[in-house]
Amino acid sequence: MVPLSYYMILSAIVFLTGLVGVLIRRNIIILLLSIELMLNATNINFVAFSYYLNNIAGQVFVFFALTVAAAEVAVGLAIILALYRGKATVNVEDLNMMKW
Amino acid sequence: MATLSFFYFGGVIVLTAVLVVALRNPIYSVIALLVMFFHVAGLFITLHAEFLAVVQIIVYAGAILVLYLFVVMLLNLKRDDSYQRQVWLGVSLGLLGLAEIVYVVLTAGRATGPAIARTTQVAAAGAPAASVTPGNTEAVGMALYTTYLFPFEVASLILLVAMIGAILLVKKGIMGPEAR
Repeated sequence: MVPLSYYMILSAIVFLTGLVGVLIRRNIIILLLSIELMLNATNINFVAFSYYLNNIAGQVFVFFALTVAAAEVAVGLAIILALYRGKATVNVEDLNMMKW
Repeated sequence: MATLSFFYFGGVIVLTAVLVVALRNPIYSVIALLVMFFHVAGLFITLHAEFLAVVQIIVYAGAILVLYLFVVMLLNLKRDDSYQRQVWLGVSLGLLGLAEIVYVVLTAGRATGPAIARTTQVAAAGAPAASVTPGNTEAVGMALYTTYLFPFEVASLILLVAMIGAILLVKKGIMGPEAR
């Protein structure tokens, strides 16, 4: 029987990998992929707690997280396409028109 | 057996997660994320969340990643996609956060172990309600359509807004040079 803390550490590793990805990459598509990694890390945590505390609510919340992830991807990729149409780049360092 | 499968799925998940961030070609990153989603689904199966495992494969691997692949191929990206200059800062921040979380989880797990065990017993005492519904899918459905009916409706509203937003954003003449 795997202890619950192993799942939490696995989820922490995946979450922090996503966080580091947002910090170090320049390609805006990889930034969105890193956000997906973070959302999946929370999903692993939700399901692990749902199993170990014998409560179905965790799985229901994974369902909602999935919905929000799908919405985020649709809007995020639409923003990327609109940006690319206007600026012809996906490098976040070139997207500084709102910089003061 | 459960330990073995956890370490297999967990190891592949960590490896592919690092590959998603580290690989320079966006297509390879997306493929690595696809492998990771399948292994997360496998982890869900070992946790007896079969419905979510199937939904994970259908929604994430089937819909979201195909969307990513379409965009990566539409944009026809050049390969000169390098890291930020502060790579070492980001990685060391991540390692620091990881060390903190591992420390907190390990010490807190020892301190509140009995409390968690008690909660499990309480939940197990209330288990007859769950044992009426035989399978995982039925249990999720019952919770979704009774206790969480209002959040379910809000989620459908979020999807509607996302759909309208995506259509508006990629519509010609709203953003970009031809709008001005």
